[in-house]
Amino acid sequence: MLLLAFDTATPAVTAALHDGRRVLAESTVVDARRHGELLMPAVDRVLAEAGAAIGDVTGIVVGTGPGPYTGLRVGLVTAAAFGDALGVPVHGICTLDGIAYAAGLAGVDGPFVVATDARRKEVYWARYDSPRERVTEPAVDRPADLESTVAGLPAVGAGAALYPEVFTDVRAPEHQSAAALAALGAVRLAEGAEFAPALPLYLRRPDAQVPAGYKAVLPK
Amino acid sequence: MADEPLVLGIETSCDETGVGIVRGHTLLADAVASSVDDHARYGGVVPEIASRAHLEAMVPTIQRALKEAGVAARDLDGIAVTAGPGLAGALLVGVSAAKAYAYALGKPLYGVNHLASHICVDQLEHGALPEPTMALLVSGGHSSLLLAPDITGDVRPLGSTIDDAAGEAFDKVARVLGLGFPGGPAIDRHARDGDPKAIRFPRGLTGPRDAPYDFSFSGLKTAVARWVEARRREGMDVPVADVAASFQEAVVDVLTRKALRACKENGVDHLMIGGGVAANSRLRSLALERCEDAGIVLRVPRRELCTDNGAMVAALGAEMVARNRPASTWDLPADSSLPVTEVSVPGHTHDHAHSHPHDHVHELSKDNLY
Ligand SMILES: [Zn+2]
Repeated sequence: MLLLAFDTATPAVTAALHDGRRVLAESTVVDARRHGELLMPAVDRVLAEAGAAIGDVTGIVVGTGPGPYTGLRVGLVTAAAFGDALGVPVHGICTLDGIAYAAGLAGVDGPFVVATDARRKEVYWARYDSPRERVTEPAVDRPADLESTVAGLPAVGAGAALYPEVFTDVRAPEHQSAAALAALGAVRLAEGAEFAPALPLYLRRPDAQVPAGYKAVLPK
Repeated sequence: MADEPLVLGIETSCDETGVGIVRGHTLLADAVASSVDDHARYGGVVPEIASRAHLEAMVPTIQRALKEAGVAARDLDGIAVTAGPGLAGALLVGVSAAKAYAYALGKPLYGVNHLASHICVDQLEHGALPEPTMALLVSGGHSSLLLAPDITGDVRPLGSTIDDAAGEAFDKVARVLGLGFPGGPAIDRHARDGDPKAIRFPRGLTGPRDAPYDFSFSGLKTAVARWVEARRREGMDVPVADVAASFQEAVVDVLTRKALRACKENGVDHLMIGGGVAANSRLRSLALERCEDAGIVLRVPRRELCTDNGAMVAALGAEMVARNRPASTWDLPADSSLPVTEVSVPGHTHDHAHSHPHDHVHELSKDNLY
């Protein structure tokens, strides 16, 4: 088994290879504006580091967000295209679940919150009872509106670090890691668990302003 | 010829997810998924809606094109994709998909220019482009006169619009007349029953001191709006067919006059017209009439190849392969303002220092373009 995992739903452009037992290689670059440029070189790098070729890959694991849309789509369309071109399955995992799993590996236990930056003064977030047990649907909200929900809970993710007045107990990790995503994917595969379809969690409707009715050019 | 390059092209610069497959100058497949209906009620292309639609349509459209062409992905000689100009978020979906297919299949990747592709598509219709070719590209996003001595490496801008693109003017006038979006086909249809000489609308930038190859359609659009409003204010009916015909005549008169002048002054005896507005029936007939009078050979591809499509990108990609042009690297960026002079994007260039005057695709909302 050779899983290729990547996630572009957050500022981290991250890719990793997992053979079902361990992570063989990982590449993570944090650059919110160049997902499209950085992803394929990262994939190329982890394959080279593991001494593998793309044709050896038996499955794709991809973070489905939520995340700012333009970056998010880079990972998802890449996953869909790989799946089609290689004839391998594409497994979607909520990006927040990947960060939660990484938090568990870093020692966070018990109830906690994952929050990523949703821009426009909002966060994408979800609550977990444990690193593998999400208890709320991923959502997008203003941090101030979450105060009572997340009060006192440990919080991980760059979205939490941005709003320390709401998330008062911020822990590592800050960024998504494809290594954790791949490891979670391998565990779920071993359990025979169901995966989410590899479709984007936008959580917001597209901004689409209907232009105001035709404006007169003659003076009134 | 069996050893002509077999190339798949992906185009996502605006609201059409286009995938074309060509072998040399032969069109094998041209699959398009359009989100145009989703934009109609906004009166223009909404970038985020277009990008979401591209993601959904990408793999199915590629599968459809391969099936239609009856070729296997492994037999391709290369994958070409529009690297720019266009809507940033929309381009990125196509560029990312092209990279993944190229990487997975072990094929070279060619990031190419959308405008050069619009010219090169005519090779699928009328065979090899003469060198040089004079091209008039007119659409909702661009209005340019281009001189192309070598479509894979040397495309020179002679002039372009200084305000609205020609297609944009059609959309705006259609809105004034209440004809809906997109405006081009509606104006064309109504104009057939109208008198193109009924109203003398202004011809922008046609004075003796004006830039000979630049265009301006903003003043014309305003003139039409004024005329219609004044008429409505007096409580009179608006003769929609006559307004549409007279407006259309003003646009195509200027376009063809300047294109013919560019041919004569540069000693070029072929004129190629492409872009969505090239589907306009009056532009086609007037261009043909004026080219015949001037002894110039007119090349206009069929309608489906004039609007944005994947075949045009594949056509340029095939020419790149045939001429051994360098492929792109895996860090190929999507460049929303790629200058027309950059026919392809061979290496990585991180100094985005281009400040050339060039057309920008009209964007209604940039908020979602993180
Ligand atoms: Zn175009």
